Amino acid sequence: MEVARFWRTTGQRYRLTGEVCPNCGKPIFPPRDVCPVCTKEARTPFTFSGKGEVYSYSTIHVPPQGFERFAPYTVALVRLAEGPLVTAQLTDVDEAEVYIGMPVEMVTRVLREDGERGMLVYGYKFRPARPVRDDAPKSAAEPAHVSETVPDAPAEVGPSAAQVAMASATA
Amino acid sequence: MRDVSIIGIGQTPVGEHWDKSLRELGFQALHAAMNDSGVERVDALYVGNMLSGELTGQEHLGALIADFAGLRGIEAIKVEAACGSGAAALRVGYMAVASGLHDIVACVGVEKMTDQQSDTVTSALATAADAEYEALQGLSFVSINALLMRRYMHEYGYKKEDFANFAITAHANAMNNPYAMFHTPITREQFATAKPIADPINLLDSSPIADGAACVILAPTAIAKEFTGKPVRVRAMAIATDTLAIHDRRDPLYLEGGAISAQKAYAMANVGPSDIDLFEVHDAFTIMSALSLEAAGFAPRGQGVRLAMEGEIGLNGRIPITTMGGLKARGHPVGATGMYQIVEVVEQLREEAGANQVKNARLGMAQNIGGSGATVVTTILERL
Repeated sequence: MEVARFWRTTGQRYRLTGEVCPNCGKPIFPPRDVCPVCTKEARTPFTFSGKGEVYSYSTIHVPPQGFERFAPYTVALVRLAEGPLVTAQLTDVDEAEVYIGMPVEMVTRVLREDGERGMLVYGYKFRPARPVRDDAPKSAAEPAHVSETVPDAPAEVGPSAAQVAMASATA
Repeated sequence: MRDVSIIGIGQTPVGEHWDKSLRELGFQALHAAMNDSGVERVDALYVGNMLSGELTGQEHLGALIADFAGLRGIEAIKVEAACGSGAAALRVGYMAVASGLHDIVACVGVEKMTDQQSDTVTSALATAADAEYEALQGLSFVSINALLMRRYMHEYGYKKEDFANFAITAHANAMNNPYAMFHTPITREQFATAKPIADPINLLDSSPIADGAACVILAPTAIAKEFTGKPVRVRAMAIATDTLAIHDRRDPLYLEGGAISAQKAYAMANVGPSDIDLFEVHDAFTIMSALSLEAAGFAPRGQGVRLAMEGEIGLNGRIPITTMGGLKARGHPVGATGMYQIVEVVEQLREEAGANQVKNARLGMAQNIGGSGATVVTTILERL
């Protein structure tokens, strides 16, 4: 991925920042300048909560270039809580556990790597809203998936984690 | 506007042409079509192609093929609309003749895919989708169709094996098409156990990567009989668009572009689905056949698969589809596919389809789809 292209799309990829139409109120993701419903101009930024559910999913066995090391991996259409569908990979989940309607939440992960000397491209993926990791906090009184407004910073995130956490906290 | 007819057709076999380049394939189809129509020169050439830049490092195909064919000097351009490039090129040729700007026009669809490894081709095909919001997430073009198929099965209660007849019918019909890539019938069991590509889509839901070229020659209907005893009239033609990404659709399971272009074509031809004798669908994946049949009005929403399950898509069925093998078994050289569909409908309407002849075929339709429905070209042809 080219550096400038990476840079100009960080808002949507790190923070799920789309738009809200000032005319009809529809939340829009990905951002697209013209509202697809009322066709009026829509340039008011709107950051989505990152919560949603699986609308459909597929496990890819034959990956495109740049994604070989992830294969097989599961991709999904996620219906965001605010309405739009978003296309993304699922992570932190066994493909056999995925089902249509599964609640998921956005996390930031490595999307692809452009060779040995190229960029690591970070962006959104979605994981089950209820933590499935063994080391996840398990408190009956206060389940982690309820209290968690700031996604855990996954170990592989590195430099962008703080930025992501801040953006999510102010959403 | 002038009435337009097809006065000649040509095609190369679909397959792995390691001995032929892109320009040679394009010329071979053009040469065959010019011979078929008896014309020695054309006024213009429109070349449908999707991936020459990505896979061959070659763009500028209009001038390239015109020069290679000995037609230097004529108007020639490339037309691109992903997997809908073939029929899009026909559309440009149709507009040129209908408008009166040109009299004799050649429309070629050509694609050269097998020089590259399959991961390169997989990435190239993903350029039909939204680069920043689908391809960047690691979605292959197959997986986008898989998302549609999974949701379709979920909403309408189908099982994977309910789609089998689309692939089985295509392979059976390809047996009698000398230009088809596969001459091997497949069974329900093979369909059920084929290698997964992007679950629930497996190898036998999918059309193969291939090389090929096809061509038609257009002329005003008023002079068509000077060239051929069997002109085929372009009764109607329409292109419609939809969002590139399926997540941007109002309803991902509804091919709005397919419905709009079919309705426009029906209105222009003043006919309806019940008047159509055969329908070449864009069966890049079995799910696309179902969605295309529904969008074009041959089945209600969620019932397209039922036509296959009940055997209504065979040569003697209610609506024969993929009569010469379709994308699945004739092969899918992406930018050429739309032109192969047109050539095959012409074969049916001229009664040259041999063992696969649909009886008394008078009106044939083709629907060529770019991406997962972002460009849809519907063409209705009529025997004169």
